[in-house]
Amino acid sequence: MKVTIDGQEIEVEAGTTILQAARMIGGESVPPAMCYYSKLKGTGGKCRCCLVDVTKGSEADPRPMPKLVASCVTGCQDGMEIASKSSERVTEARKAVTEFLLINHPLDCPVCDQAGECDLQNLSFEHGKSETRFIEEKRTFEPEDIGDKIQLHMNRCIVCQRCVEVADQLTDGRVHGVLNRGDHSQISTCVSAAIDNEFSGNMIDVCPVGALTDKTFRFKSRVWFNKPFNAHRECTTPGCCGKTTVWMFGDEIQRVTARKDEYHEVEDFICNTCRFDKKEVSDWVIEGPRRFEKDSVINQNNYTRKMDKVVIETEKGILMGRDIDRKKISMSEIDYNEKIDGNLIDSKKNG
Amino acid sequence: MGRKILLDKINVPGIKTYEVYRREGGYASVEKALKKMTPDEVVEEVKTSGLRGRGGAGFPAGMKWSFIDKKSGNPRHLVCNADESEPGTFKDRYLMEYIPHLLIEGMITSSYALGANLSYIYIRGEYMWVYKILERAIAEAKAAGFLGKNILGSGYDLELFVQIGGGAYICGEETALIESLEGKRGNPRLKPPFPAVKGLWQNPTVVNNVETIAAVPWIINNSGADYAGIGIGRSTGTKLISASGNIKNQGVYEIELGVSVYEFMNSDEYCGGMQTDRPLKALVPGGSSVPILPANLIYKTAAGEDRLMTYESLSDGGFATGSMLGSGGFIVYDDRACIVRNTWNFSRFYHHESCGQCTPCREGTGWLEKVLHRIENGHGREEDIELLWSIQSKIEGNTICPLGDAASWPVAAAIRHFKDEFEYHIRFPEKVRNRDHFVNEPFEKVKHLVAKQTV
Repeated sequence: MKVTIDGQEIEVEAGTTILQAARMIGGESVPPAMCYYSKLKGTGGKCRCCLVDVTKGSEADPRPMPKLVASCVTGCQDGMEIASKSSERVTEARKAVTEFLLINHPLDCPVCDQAGECDLQNLSFEHGKSETRFIEEKRTFEPEDIGDKIQLHMNRCIVCQRCVEVADQLTDGRVHGVLNRGDHSQISTCVSAAIDNEFSGNMIDVCPVGALTDKTFRFKSRVWFNKPFNAHRECTTPGCCGKTTVWMFGDEIQRVTARKDEYHEVEDFICNTCRFDKKEVSDWVIEGPRRFEKDSVINQNNYTRKMDKVVIETEKGILMGRDIDRKKISMSEIDYNEKIDGNLIDSKKNG
Repeated sequence: MGRKILLDKINVPGIKTYEVYRREGGYASVEKALKKMTPDEVVEEVKTSGLRGRGGAGFPAGMKWSFIDKKSGNPRHLVCNADESEPGTFKDRYLMEYIPHLLIEGMITSSYALGANLSYIYIRGEYMWVYKILERAIAEAKAAGFLGKNILGSGYDLELFVQIGGGAYICGEETALIESLEGKRGNPRLKPPFPAVKGLWQNPTVVNNVETIAAVPWIINNSGADYAGIGIGRSTGTKLISASGNIKNQGVYEIELGVSVYEFMNSDEYCGGMQTDRPLKALVPGGSSVPILPANLIYKTAAGEDRLMTYESLSDGGFATGSMLGSGGFIVYDDRACIVRNTWNFSRFYHHESCGQCTPCREGTGWLEKVLHRIENGHGREEDIELLWSIQSKIEGNTICPLGDAASWPVAAAIRHFKDEFEYHIRFPEKVRNRDHFVNEPFEKVKHLVAKQTV
């Protein structure tokens, strides 16, 4: 079958979705996808980021489709013509979806462990705008502890339900689902019980945002300060491939993830033993540096660029200020007569 | 007097019971269909009748039936959608409560037409007492040999079950209803595949509204052509209208499609005119999701023709100057009503009922509700009207199921026709704080405050 996306033709097999066809072409025409995950059955169609305009239905029925369609769940027809990046309507719709996704998102990227490898950041970089029209109070959830390995930040969740599919398909027994409805839908283990399964950690990898993050890596580093390496080990867990990316800081392995491709989908799922328990360099056979796409922030810390010594002109002043701050933090060093701004209470400055 | 098809026998004492219903000629269509007709002939008859889906979308029922996949050989199902949750609509409840056997009869005849041996009535959880009525009716029909194995010796088997929903509006959407019926969370499915190919338990399924199915016995007893003779154009037969609001006689009425809106509102046979001497302000003709009509577009279309109670006439002029017949939830407002408050109330409903599966509806309905709430309570900003317009236009058409559209249409129509009321709320917040605005001071009297200044 022949399909045309943004003027680029490609031959695909029957049953290929528009998104898959676009990914075969690659480049700018590939629609963004927040909920679709090719490795998980039943995902897709929910986030509406990947909407495309079908300008010609097929060779047999050339009528255009009246509504924009979700490319991740719409199959290609022979002779189909699709406008993705080239359509004004599609750009508008993607902007709208991005805005909708962000209105209730806390935008706490500076303290979020996902920052730097977050699909929502990428999406808003591409389709978001700098100002907000949302002046209402954001919806929030009570924090919920789902165990000592995985950190759940429900406020950041965009309800793509990828993790629910992981729970359904990879791990045995449903321990994880969606509660409530509308903008109060929440991902939950339902009973706040720890997720007790050898493959539960893959929820972290499939989460497009920082809603599910690695508790053993929490606040340890920004991802772009780590150096990612391909590594593997002989894993005895049935079903685990043992092939991972280890994220190093100096000689320390700070985090282990599955290997992700250019669409941030894992190549193969890994077990919790590999992910959480093997943090010694001696556990792994390091293969070599892991490559990331050109524009990724992770490349800020790449291996090839010569690093100059950073010189901060005002360093002396900063360090001096830090001394004063440190003094204030340990109260013992503060004179009882000294106000918090550093001046004496009976000095002229403080009247 | 208009012709009655569904509610003809409604006042017969004891029509709820099998004996009286049977004595009054009930279950004749089952006998006729099973003994004298083939399933395809029944489908053909319904096709000829031009009967359209009464749930809101108005899709021709016969055509829907003919789409069902009979080639695959998989078992087929008929599901009756009794999850009537649209604000302003209460016709199915009335039908099921007072003449339950009509629905059972329709279910048997329709199931026979589709070749379904296992059919369901999915009823909303709030109708618990109606559920009990239906269960009793089914037990009576079964005892009389109209359900079960080998009905009337024809060799046709049918089991009919009533399933109670958990109280979610979204389960009125047919694929969400099927999910819920399967025991899952009521999230709409992605289409295609359509239920006619893969519905309940991945089997071909037809989902029809209560009123649609209840019209089938009459069509079979008489003929499709007779049914098509009632009404105007493509709006054939009769329709139940749930009339509510500031009219004298609220209730459920059966009308022949084609009655004028003026007659329906003002004749003593139906609504009987306005409740008080306060003038008519607005009308929602088909349940909360359809666009609201301002007074000048109710009796006459924009082209100056009489507005009729038909699918076509009510939608004349598109959304710019028309509305929809929808599910027949006829809500009348006099000039005490605040359109902003009404729109907020509808938005609150959609916010509460959004399933949360897809982004535009999940986030957008909540946003609409919050902005409208602010305006209604005197905290609006001038740019909020434009914001509302923008939000609703971004929800519409971008969602998985029609709930997103249903949430945006009332907002769009309210802004289109009653923009000055929104401006009034924003510019004179002190006047709307006490919530009794428009009761003592109708909007007509204060309209000049927000009128465009011409220099």
